[in-house]
Amino acid sequence: MNATSVAAADYGLVADEPDQAVIRLSDARKTYRTGSMEFEALRGVDLQIQRGEYVAIIGPSGSGKSTLMNILGCLDVLSDGDYRLAGHNVADLDSVELAKLRNEEIGFVFQQFHLLADLSAVRNVELPLIYRGLGKRERRERALRALERVGLADKTANRPGELSGGQQQRVAVARALVGDPALILADEPTGNLDSTSTRDVLALLDSLQQQGRTIVLITHEPDVAQRAQRVVQMRDGELEELSSPRSHAAIRSGIEVAR
Amino acid sequence: MSWAETYATAWHAIRSHLMRSLLTVLGILIGIAAVVLTVGLGLGTQRDVSAEISSLGSNLLIVTPGSDTDAEGMRGGFGTGQTLTRRDGQALSSQVTVPDAESVALERESSQSIEAGQSNWTTTVTGVSGEWLHTRSREVALGSFVTEGSVDEVVLGATTAEELFGTTVVVGQTVTIADNSFQVVGVLAEQGSSAETDLDDAAIVSLDAMSSVIVGGTSSETVSTIYLKAASTDQISAVKQQATALLLNLHGITQPDDADFTVSAQNALVGTATSVYRTLTVLLASIAALSLLVGGIGVMNIMLVSVTERTNEIGLRKALGAQPTAIRRQFLTEAAMLGLTGGLLGALLGIVAARVLPTLIGSSVVVLPLAVIGSICVAVAIAMIFGVYPAVRAARLAPIDALRSQ
Repeated sequence: MNATSVAAADYGLVADEPDQAVIRLSDARKTYRTGSMEFEALRGVDLQIQRGEYVAIIGPSGSGKSTLMNILGCLDVLSDGDYRLAGHNVADLDSVELAKLRNEEIGFVFQQFHLLADLSAVRNVELPLIYRGLGKRERRERALRALERVGLADKTANRPGELSGGQQQRVAVARALVGDPALILADEPTGNLDSTSTRDVLALLDSLQQQGRTIVLITHEPDVAQRAQRVVQMRDGELEELSSPRSHAAIRSGIEVAR
Repeated sequence: MSWAETYATAWHAIRSHLMRSLLTVLGILIGIAAVVLTVGLGLGTQRDVSAEISSLGSNLLIVTPGSDTDAEGMRGGFGTGQTLTRRDGQALSSQVTVPDAESVALERESSQSIEAGQSNWTTTVTGVSGEWLHTRSREVALGSFVTEGSVDEVVLGATTAEELFGTTVVVGQTVTIADNSFQVVGVLAEQGSSAETDLDDAAIVSLDAMSSVIVGGTSSETVSTIYLKAASTDQISAVKQQATALLLNLHGITQPDDADFTVSAQNALVGTATSVYRTLTVLLASIAALSLLVGGIGVMNIMLVSVTERTNEIGLRKALGAQPTAIRRQFLTEAAMLGLTGGLLGALLGIVAARVLPTLIGSSVVVLPLAVIGSICVAVAIAMIFGVYPAVRAARLAPIDALRSQ
């Protein structure tokens, strides 16, 4: 994945050190304060994800799963501890640099798709490239290629409202891909999909992983989690390694325990 | 994010809430149209008044009661007090004390109803003394002028004659003013009308008739205005000095600042009127500007609604790598576009109204290109100023919170 580092250099973000790990989280802590109330959402989480890995994070609601996802996605910063994403020390970055890092290194796939309803599929996919400052032609070219990659070459001009849920999520995956990020972060990507569409999207993620993409999938569904090579479980703000290699039973029992 | 993209996005946002955007634009539009129109009306009136005063005649000095110590003519004002008398007029007529004055006329005005048979007409009846026709540059078209000292003669203006008798051939007819009979001895030659007063709507009697018969009372010596005609323009200031010195002396006033009368040259009057109208214009324009301010608040309101409504979109854009600057710029551009549209349409409406209005109210409206361009700029500026807060608020939204709101 040389393209990533080249693009990163273009964008003015330079990794501190060469590192094979896409994610390196050490003793990560996140505390929320509401008035006098304190809530520790992450209590010292260690997590390393290597380039090309497909990792599922499972856990019940309130386990710190969402917090972890926000931290990994650079949407929020740690209270304490260290987070390196593709070699960048996230704690050192201000909001402008965080925006650049998200643009450059992370492709988000959300449960609610989060496509802009007024824009056609190809315009939605172009969005990250617009913020990267790419020219119109290159943007369009890459967006079309990404849509082709997710099997929607014939739906580029359609607006989200004209697409099925599964197709919308594939547009979202294309948008996550288009910037060539170090990490694809999928937050309950199948939560709003029927079983057929779920199969489609998961198959798409599988094939992306086979092409060397690094994928982190957050889910509470065991069937979804078992697609990953590696499953980690969040419980009460702590992280537990569940299975590697994949074992359906272990994941299922992990989720049972979590419940 | 390039400017082209920013414009496209802002335009998209405006279009997707067309009704709301139009209402916001309407607020700005009304404000700008009001400013363009009031300023235009003010300038137009200013021009009309200057023209009107100029038409009074050249080389004319006007003595009015009341102080006017302020250079801008804002104090005292014209026609206040009753400090001018016939004695002043007689003294001013003297070739010894005011050698450079060619002629002098005294006036005392009163609004009266004139009756002629079944018809009646209310107009300004002026009691005059001295060389009124020459001083005021008027002529008698038919008949003769009123005799000095007569108490039963009247000369009518053409309009007045028309209103009372339906014709201007009225010499020899009788009219009743304040229960006294007057014989029409002449009709004034037409002077034409200016925007505000019809110079041909007049009834001239002698000063004696005015003072003793029409208004009477204790102040029979009072006059409302004394006109002095200088022999030439060059002598205006000399006449002014002589007249002022004489009147100060007559009134026993030692300090010129304490004068209880005002001697103004006709051009000074133009200046005074102009400054009065300028003040009025500024006042009106300020009120119009307030409506522009309200329009600006409308923009702010709509932008805040827009930010709240698009919290989710903002969150997504931020997650995809939009920097705070890009978000801020997007909303500011949207506000500026609303302002520009409102400004352009408002200026257009103002210009159209400036064309239509003079035919309705008979006052000219002067629309300066600079004022139009200026007000469009102001519209954009106001929209942007009021757009700053919503834009900053949008830019500060935390992406996670924004994404979570659904």
